[in-house]
Amino acid sequence: MLSFNRSRIPGFPNARAAARGAGRVLAAGVFALAATTAHAQEKTVTAVMHSGLRMLDPIVSTAHITRNHGYMVYDVLVAMDAEGAVQPQMASWQVSDDRLIYTFTLRDGLSFHDGADVTAADVVASLQRWGARDGAAAFLMEATGSIEAVDAKTVVWTLTEPFPLLLDVLAKQSSVPAFIMPERVAATSPDETITEYVGSGPFVFVEGEFQPGVKIVYERFDDYAPREEPASGLAGGKVVNVDRVEWVTMPDSQTAMSALMNGEIDLIENSQIDLLPILETSPDVTVEIRDPLGYQGFARMNFKHPPFDDVRMRKAAMMALGQEQAMATMIGNPDYYWLCGAIFGCGTPLGDEAGAESLKAGGDKAAARKMLEEAGYDNTPVVIMQATDIGAMGTIPVVIASDLREAGFNVDLQSMDWQTLVSRRASMNPPSEGGWNIFTSFASGVEANTPLVHPILPSTGDTGWFGWATDPELEEMRAAYLKAEGLEEQKQIAHDIQARVLDNVIFVPLGNYAFVQARSNKLTDMLPTAVPVFWNVNIAD
Amino acid sequence: MADVSRATTPGGGIARLLGLPPGTRIGVVPWIALAMLLFIVLVTVFAPLFSPHDPIALSPLNRLKPSSAEFPLGTDAYGRDVLSRVLYGGQVSLLIGVATAAIAVVAGLAIGLVAGFFRLADALIMRVMDAFMAIPPVLLAVALVAIHGASVSSVILAITFSEIPRVVRLVRSIVLSAREEPYVEAAISLGTRMPVILWRHLMPNTLAPLIVQATYICASAILIEAILSFLGLGIGTETPSWGNIMADGRTYFMLKPSLIFWPGLVLSLCVLSINILGDTARDMLDPRMRKREA
Amino acid sequence: MLGYIVKRILAVIPVMAIVALIVFLILRLTPGDPAAIIAGDTATPDQIASLRESMGLNEPIYVQFFQWIGQLLHGDLGTSLLSGTSVNALIADRIWPTLNIALLSIVMSVAIAVPLGTLAAWRHGRFGDHVVMAISVAGFSVPAFVVGYVLIKVFAADLRWLPVQGYRAPSQGMGEFLRHAILPAMTLTAAYVALTARMTRASLLNVLGEDYIRTAHAKGVKDVTVLLRHGLRNAAVPILTVVGTGFAMLLSGVVVVESVFNIPGIGRLTIDAVMARDYPVIQGMILLTSGIYVLVNLLIDIAYTVFDPRIRY
Repeated sequence: MLSFNRSRIPGFPNARAAARGAGRVLAAGVFALAATTAHAQEKTVTAVMHSGLRMLDPIVSTAHITRNHGYMVYDVLVAMDAEGAVQPQMASWQVSDDRLIYTFTLRDGLSFHDGADVTAADVVASLQRWGARDGAAAFLMEATGSIEAVDAKTVVWTLTEPFPLLLDVLAKQSSVPAFIMPERVAATSPDETITEYVGSGPFVFVEGEFQPGVKIVYERFDDYAPREEPASGLAGGKVVNVDRVEWVTMPDSQTAMSALMNGEIDLIENSQIDLLPILETSPDVTVEIRDPLGYQGFARMNFKHPPFDDVRMRKAAMMALGQEQAMATMIGNPDYYWLCGAIFGCGTPLGDEAGAESLKAGGDKAAARKMLEEAGYDNTPVVIMQATDIGAMGTIPVVIASDLREAGFNVDLQSMDWQTLVSRRASMNPPSEGGWNIFTSFASGVEANTPLVHPILPSTGDTGWFGWATDPELEEMRAAYLKAEGLEEQKQIAHDIQARVLDNVIFVPLGNYAFVQARSNKLTDMLPTAVPVFWNVNIAD
Repeated sequence: MADVSRATTPGGGIARLLGLPPGTRIGVVPWIALAMLLFIVLVTVFAPLFSPHDPIALSPLNRLKPSSAEFPLGTDAYGRDVLSRVLYGGQVSLLIGVATAAIAVVAGLAIGLVAGFFRLADALIMRVMDAFMAIPPVLLAVALVAIHGASVSSVILAITFSEIPRVVRLVRSIVLSAREEPYVEAAISLGTRMPVILWRHLMPNTLAPLIVQATYICASAILIEAILSFLGLGIGTETPSWGNIMADGRTYFMLKPSLIFWPGLVLSLCVLSINILGDTARDMLDPRMRKREA
Repeated sequence: MLGYIVKRILAVIPVMAIVALIVFLILRLTPGDPAAIIAGDTATPDQIASLRESMGLNEPIYVQFFQWIGQLLHGDLGTSLLSGTSVNALIADRIWPTLNIALLSIVMSVAIAVPLGTLAAWRHGRFGDHVVMAISVAGFSVPAFVVGYVLIKVFAADLRWLPVQGYRAPSQGMGEFLRHAILPAMTLTAAYVALTARMTRASLLNVLGEDYIRTAHAKGVKDVTVLLRHGLRNAAVPILTVVGTGFAMLLSGVVVVESVFNIPGIGRLTIDAVMARDYPVIQGMILLTSGIYVLVNLLIDIAYTVFDPRIRY
């Protein structure tokens, strides 16, 4: 786990003064709080997560907070360890010699929160519902002949052609993992959300205390039988050391910060970077990066409408953009962002930075202007969508607007709330009729580290991701990746995809940054996983 | 006593100018308010002359800098000059205040006159107005801004909607009592056409209270814009307004309170001045107040 | 008089019906698709489309409207699109923090504002009046979130007298409730005190101009006695009015205060619902707050007829 415990705060003279004041007060006395005494005997972890939980169906929603909820309540057949290797979790497996038949055997002692045993029938129903919704799983299902429960503990998965990545897809952490639910729940149509929240995971969802968007409470599942291996990544033994975990939502990041420093809460999953200098002055708080892969910010252009239906215009725009200005504005502190041109992440097995030289150099406005002229830009307005209610993420479009304007684009920066943005980006209309030209978003390192799971790559026109790129060549490369044998071949294909994505400007990587968490020093042994999990965690009284 | 006060305080002159009876006293506070408001309006309107920087020019390397010779009030999270943004921000905030007041008064006046004069329309109009008044203004504005997207015009529209019913009620009540006046009854019996009656006889009656009302609407619109920005539904990030400078700065309140302090101070002083002037105008125009003053 | 009251109560029905229509139309004109937010950031257009179909959002608008009205007539506000919980239950769960804090701030405001307004009326036109009026105008010239931040900074972060955030129900202990509620209530109070103090002053001045007060004066009754005994009693109704109508202002104020202080009330519920386009929740909330407003005004109107001998219908 990378840990930042800096004693000096560079660059923030005002902050230093403010923070000193806060630190002094803190040293003066510790305030006894009723919040902690209410459950004095119980060990409770109170955490402020990156967003409020409203949707409880981790198969229907791809939202990260819902995925995190899934890992609390549900368990998975197989899981990825800290090294990225697939390990048994609920089940072990055997593969036939022709690699067409996978046999999964459930381990002993698995039961749901309602007391029923986990059976092979539950697994089959859950896998089918998951296969109907998840993108990567869809590829797997195309190669699947049947998934059958042959007895209470055995599931036989028959393929019609070899699928080398079967276990990787089944063990993927994000954004829709293959959570196992009771058969009656998994029988819910994949287009409707579930209404019963019973899993076999290490925590029980306390429905009576659920306040959508405000608070969610989990209690330890006493009958959970963890594996014997130590926890590693999302694999290994899920040993729960606390009685209760409460996730609370705080709309105001400063309120959350003050609450942590006051001892009212134990963890802020994603702390505003600019507030870290204040948090770091508190002797009771540790600021750290839990997930070293972090997130990648990117800009997506609309391939359907001018000017970006023309690859020359897309290239001119990319030439104008630079990662440094985007990240410096959004994150500020260089300890927590890094420039990275690799669409599969820097330092990952498939990471490769080909084609991103100008982005890492801060862009070249003069060159962009020249490319724009050569492409015959007719001053068509470029509509950039900006969300104003998502904190620092909303800053990138402002920087892009400024960069593009400097290169000679006629920019129309339109502000809206995030919900309007996600709805409007689905509109295929021209920008003047409720459509758009550019929006920005971000991808989590763990869900963008291979061509199989990367959410933005599908370039099949109207059925692809928003922006509707059509690129048969790229599609061929993705199909080849699924059949690739061994890391070397995968690397070669990933390299080709990287080059193709930046050459055709499928999207523009704008730099990588970390979620920085701030935790009370009482909270220890949190696993360094991309998905925040609460097994293994301990809390001092 | 009346003579003395008229001779020594400037208020006497103004009072005479406004056609008020001699002896109407204007304290020193309204004059301070007027001076403050004029000052704010002037520096805002002539912001280009006083601003050291382009208010929307980004400078990521100069984020959150403290006050310096180059940036007198420091910079914000985008490295933009706070002083320039506060100066330019006034243009948008004042525009929203004035435009909302103007539109609400004109629309409210028209609707109110109709409601006050035509019995048939009255019932329907007033039920609709009651309905609009019942919806909490911030919620109504939030919903309306969400429809039209974040822009100056949609914020103006959104705030105007919840202010119109108040104007309509005011105008209607004045019309209802004025309609019983002999000169209006006479005009009706003489067969004067309705629009002429409305324009010639009733408009003048409603003008003074409307001016007072307009000042309150203007002040409250400037405040509501700030609240909408706080909720992420303001005019957007690039163009500054006092509200969105504060909304952008609120994350940094503990770190750099000046981001909220300066626009907050100017906004509060501006709203305060407008409210004080509105109060003064009301006191001067209210005949009962005048009676007591005398 | 009874006839008037019945007429007033009946008049509520068309108003609420119009509110329902306005709310429904405004929301359905709003761009935004709850299916898109439920599906999440990396969902494909196809996934969103199928979700939208299953949520009934593809039905014609008028069908959705009449479905909703039908539910309303049964007292059912519908089901949240996001969490699947009933809107009635959501509101029942979230309204108490809001009401408790609103109530506390009304009590605090009246306790502060009525004496202030009385003082201003008594010292009318003199220094005390100017000071009180200046403070009260300043009170509603500062945005609520600024007031909230300053209070947090001073009383919670620096002095550490009170918690920064959160809510405890009075049933969990009155002391704990007050410790958590005092800062949010003070934030709301700033604007409310201003309004109430001004109204108290204005209605007292009106009453003091009446003949019977002049008579009392003429009979040699002391200023202060006249003010407190006759003035305040007769000014009670207009003061009550402003307390009532100001309730709408409070409901707007809680939207801000609840997000600053992290209070799980209906203000935050509404904003969250707007941001997620959770239509049934927004509709229910606006209908509810409008209903409260209309009801409070109805009660005040009736109180007028009962308490003020000069008003007869």
